[in-house]
Amino acid sequence: MSAILKRELGAYFNSATAYVVMAVFFFFSGLFFNFYCISNNSSSLSYVFGNMFYIVLFLIPIITMKTFAEEKKQKSDQALLTAPTSLTEIVLGKFLGAFVLFAICCCIFLVYAVVISFFASPEWSVILCTFLGMLLLGGSLIAVNVFISVMTESMVIAAVIGMGAGLVISMTNYLISLISVEWITNILNKINFLNYYENFTYGILSIVDVVFFLSVTALFLFFTVRVLEKRRWS
Amino acid sequence: MIEVKNLTKCYGDLKAVDDISFCVGSGEVLGFLGPNGAGKSTTMNIITGYISSTSGTVTVDGSEILEEPKKTKQKIGYLPEIPPLYPDMTVRKYLEFMFELKKVRLPKKEHVDEVMRLVGISDKGGRIIKNLSKGYRQRVGFAQALLGNPPVLILDEPTVGLDPNQIIEFRKLIRSLGKKHTVIFSSHVLSEVSATCDRVIVIADGKIVADGKTDELSKSFSGRQKLSLTVADGSSDVIAELKKIPGVTKVEKIRDFSGGSAKYGISYSNDADIRRDVFSAMVRLDAPILEMTSGNETLEDMFLKLTQNTVRGGKDK
Repeated sequence: MSAILKRELGAYFNSATAYVVMAVFFFFSGLFFNFYCISNNSSSLSYVFGNMFYIVLFLIPIITMKTFAEEKKQKSDQALLTAPTSLTEIVLGKFLGAFVLFAICCCIFLVYAVVISFFASPEWSVILCTFLGMLLLGGSLIAVNVFISVMTESMVIAAVIGMGAGLVISMTNYLISLISVEWITNILNKINFLNYYENFTYGILSIVDVVFFLSVTALFLFFTVRVLEKRRWS
Repeated sequence: MIEVKNLTKCYGDLKAVDDISFCVGSGEVLGFLGPNGAGKSTTMNIITGYISSTSGTVTVDGSEILEEPKKTKQKIGYLPEIPPLYPDMTVRKYLEFMFELKKVRLPKKEHVDEVMRLVGISDKGGRIIKNLSKGYRQRVGFAQALLGNPPVLILDEPTVGLDPNQIIEFRKLIRSLGKKHTVIFSSHVLSEVSATCDRVIVIADGKIVADGKTDELSKSFSGRQKLSLTVADGSSDVIAELKKIPGVTKVEKIRDFSGGSAKYGISYSNDADIRRDVFSAMVRLDAPILEMTSGNETLEDMFLKLTQNTVRGGKDK
């Protein structure tokens, strides 16, 4: 697993991917930070985190699109699947590679918190709680997008479908308002990423939200392993 | 070392591999021969655990790939048809990655150096793989298979895309590896197989059509020995005189050349050597021999015969 994790990180940082993703992430977070905190004289990072939700939805497919689609296309998956490594290790290695890159992006919020601390005393508990929420959200989205990547052979398709999924996730609230059938809106409410994430941005650390994101992550990583397994048998 | 039993692989209705069984002993170099699409790659993919069989088992050194995948895969070095490379890595980084992925327990730097030297890419360590030529990529793929000194090497058409010099080098390398490793390698080039392998399995339409030592195979399938003869004076007596030689079963004129010389084809039974008799017969006729070649049916003829039969048989169904 560590071999794959190392290779994934190497691939991100030896190509433009990592730098482009980081640049976009820093640009938007900087924009929101400037707008909500500096211009508004506010020490609360909640709005910055809240808006980053939408950016993250569209950035993560870019990070993960290569994970399995590219492997399959250039046939390097043959090396992985014939090596004495389990499928779970392969999937976890790939997932962690993307997650570490995402976590590095998120570290910018700690910098903002430090910047705020020069002018006012930031609410560290709220910031750390939101930071944790961001990581959990990122983890679950990465798992979903890794799963999308394993389904296709083309990274472009993986990225487009991933962004489409991101769009649907970001519009869940709007969809709920359109649908009048109660049981459907109930289901949608239960899988509404934004609901769970918003609690973190308010500084509410609830076990339900943590479990939601962790189970989405585990579920989609499990699906990914199953897809790889199924491919072997078909 | 490797035991394949009743291996079958279906893709939907298509039977890519149809009830194949064979054994490979330790230290043997086995050639896997067959036309394109015969099921060579599928069989190799199953042996290495990349795909699974529909039915049948593969045992490598006593452990079965489905029961103990990690243990079994550790014993196999695999070079697929398309080398599984990461184009954006350097050669050394890639080999180090594969070294870790395969969980090899040898001194890393020394081992990677040794493998690179073996396949002749010592000076290419810092090159990015996508900038390498096809031949060098093939070598990197080969190096990857050799990492960890696995007792079994499975090479899928390792010489495709190499220039003639490299092909000769590769064959030498495979031969020398055959002393320490069990090697299965596939090819559709016959001369390659006869030059490299002790044993050949011919596979066509997913079935084994022949299995035996390289030289035995060409003998047992030749049936008749053949001799082709060019004499300076192609009179009609030549045929009559040749037919008198004991053991000769058939004589035919193949073609006339300008200036009166002619070429004949002679078939004779297996146990006789008629070359001396032919010589004295031609002396009696005063017809100087310009050329005489003995043509056993080659591996090539055998291959065509075997594979065409199955293809035709397949169509009849």
